[in-house]
Amino acid sequence: MSEITSLTLYELIKNIKEKKISSNEAAKSFVDRADKSKKINAYVTENFENCLKLSKEFDDKPNFDLKLPGIPIAVKDLFCTYEVRTTAGSNILNNFVPTYESTVTQNIWNEGGILLGKLNCDEFAMGSSNETSFFGNVQNPIAKDLVPGGSSGGSSAALAANLTPVTIGTDTGGSIRQPASFTGTVGLKPTYGSCSRYGIVAFASSLDQAGPMSKDVKDSSILLEVISSFDKKDSTSIDFKRNNYSSELTRNIKGLKIGIPKEYRVDGMPDEIEKLWKKGIEYAKDCGAEIIDISLPHTSYALPTYYIVAPAEASSNLARYDGVKYGLRSSGKNLIDMYEKTRSEGFGEEVKRRVMIGTYVLSSGYYDAYYLKAQKVRQLIKRDFDQAYNKVDAILTPSTPSSAFKIGEKSNDPVSMYLNDIFTVPVNLAGLPGISIPAGVDKNNYPLGLQIIGKPFDEQTVLNIAYSMEEKINYKNNITDWWMK
Amino acid sequence: MVVCDNIFYHMTIDLKTVKHISKLARISLEEKKAEKLATDMNSIFEFIEKLNELNTDNVEPLTSIAETTLRFRDDKITSENIREKILKNSPEKNDDFFVVPKVVE
Repeated sequence: MSEITSLTLYELIKNIKEKKISSNEAAKSFVDRADKSKKINAYVTENFENCLKLSKEFDDKPNFDLKLPGIPIAVKDLFCTYEVRTTAGSNILNNFVPTYESTVTQNIWNEGGILLGKLNCDEFAMGSSNETSFFGNVQNPIAKDLVPGGSSGGSSAALAANLTPVTIGTDTGGSIRQPASFTGTVGLKPTYGSCSRYGIVAFASSLDQAGPMSKDVKDSSILLEVISSFDKKDSTSIDFKRNNYSSELTRNIKGLKIGIPKEYRVDGMPDEIEKLWKKGIEYAKDCGAEIIDISLPHTSYALPTYYIVAPAEASSNLARYDGVKYGLRSSGKNLIDMYEKTRSEGFGEEVKRRVMIGTYVLSSGYYDAYYLKAQKVRQLIKRDFDQAYNKVDAILTPSTPSSAFKIGEKSNDPVSMYLNDIFTVPVNLAGLPGISIPAGVDKNNYPLGLQIIGKPFDEQTVLNIAYSMEEKINYKNNITDWWMK
Repeated sequence: MVVCDNIFYHMTIDLKTVKHISKLARISLEEKKAEKLATDMNSIFEFIEKLNELNTDNVEPLTSIAETTLRFRDDKITSENIREKILKNSPEKNDDFFVVPKVVE
């Protein structure tokens, strides 16, 4: 049998149920590997001792009816975990220990999952390279000094380095799908309202959505089934009939109509992305899908819209960090001075930049010109998708306009960093489900992903297409464990 | 370029504006950092101005993607006494309250 840490979630569950591996053996393997993988810097907070203890307790009284029986899982440090430090990658929450649990993580523990630890991410999930984290850069296991993507960069790196069997991230503009694409892994952003936002450190509430990240499509279907639930504690949680995503997973996608939006062929897109996309279209045809050319005419307005809507919501959400109720407090000569110093010392540069942009676009005299305008354009972007879905069942695009870049390469130019999310942002603005699957490599052998976008609440079709194409693509990461040498 | 209602010609964000915004956002800024922020914000707004190409006169703003009305719940207390939990992470507190610098002389 191959090493425990390199098994997929599905294989690990099977082995545990057949009593070939105990939960404690699994936990030990992941902890041992993490100890040898400090250079990746995937973890902000380790929960190893507790995980070992809980896995032993599981083995003493196993329940194999659970969906994640004794499975150790590390999660993005944006999910509040009861009595385990939760930082959101920020200095301002450096010492924050939640007294409650996020619904999504609670769903995982209810099904037998055990917390391995909290994974690094861009500060408040604002970034595309994990470089804005207060806890330092994360190394992409694919190659040294390469970013793992962001904001769920610790999650994608931990997954690709076999430090966790699956993980969860959050995706506001591409924060699950882009890091998945950069690390040769699978990442799914569900429909807005599918997974509860309760207990997730808020960034842009009309866009934020949690989702699974995994080594293959089947594992994402297993994890989605666990984390997706209607939750009264989230006012935008939607009560719809959720599928049994893993048992309904099928490679039969014959006759499904897949749209190819011409507007995603952007200026300056590298040839290898274009080639990957064409290859993807061929794979989809091979799987029996019908390919249809479509138009999403407002695509090029999505990023400018996003960079109004997301910072505006962020500036409101982050107003709560005032040095009074929780988090960092700096001393000041009066209350206002204390607020200003706390926020100045507690927030990093990118977060300040976005809070400033958000404050500006919401400020008196500018609201109509920026925020209202952006909400109107958001309507047009959503309408594009509504119209496309009269003709097709799903849409196929590249996940990102390039492969992973070097640490430091884009950190001084915010706009060039923002362009990373050009193909993923429209999906958040329209609230749709989207998945990134590894589909090939570039000239440096760095992974490239393809994105499948579905109709609202139709995660099953998205997963089925991905599952079917994954078999044809047959992508394998070639990771050498270079960081251990 | 289509001329429409909300036309907003790109205006340079100067240092004075940056300082005003930083007051509104309650973030103190050093002079040097304010200058860098002004540069960054200008390049970001230049990028955002693209939206002015679109005529949105008759478009309803999209305020929520989840087309549901907010739910009502019974007006009942559901949490136990959680004062301790709420105060637990406070950087400065006494037994019952958050403590802030003196506000009223």
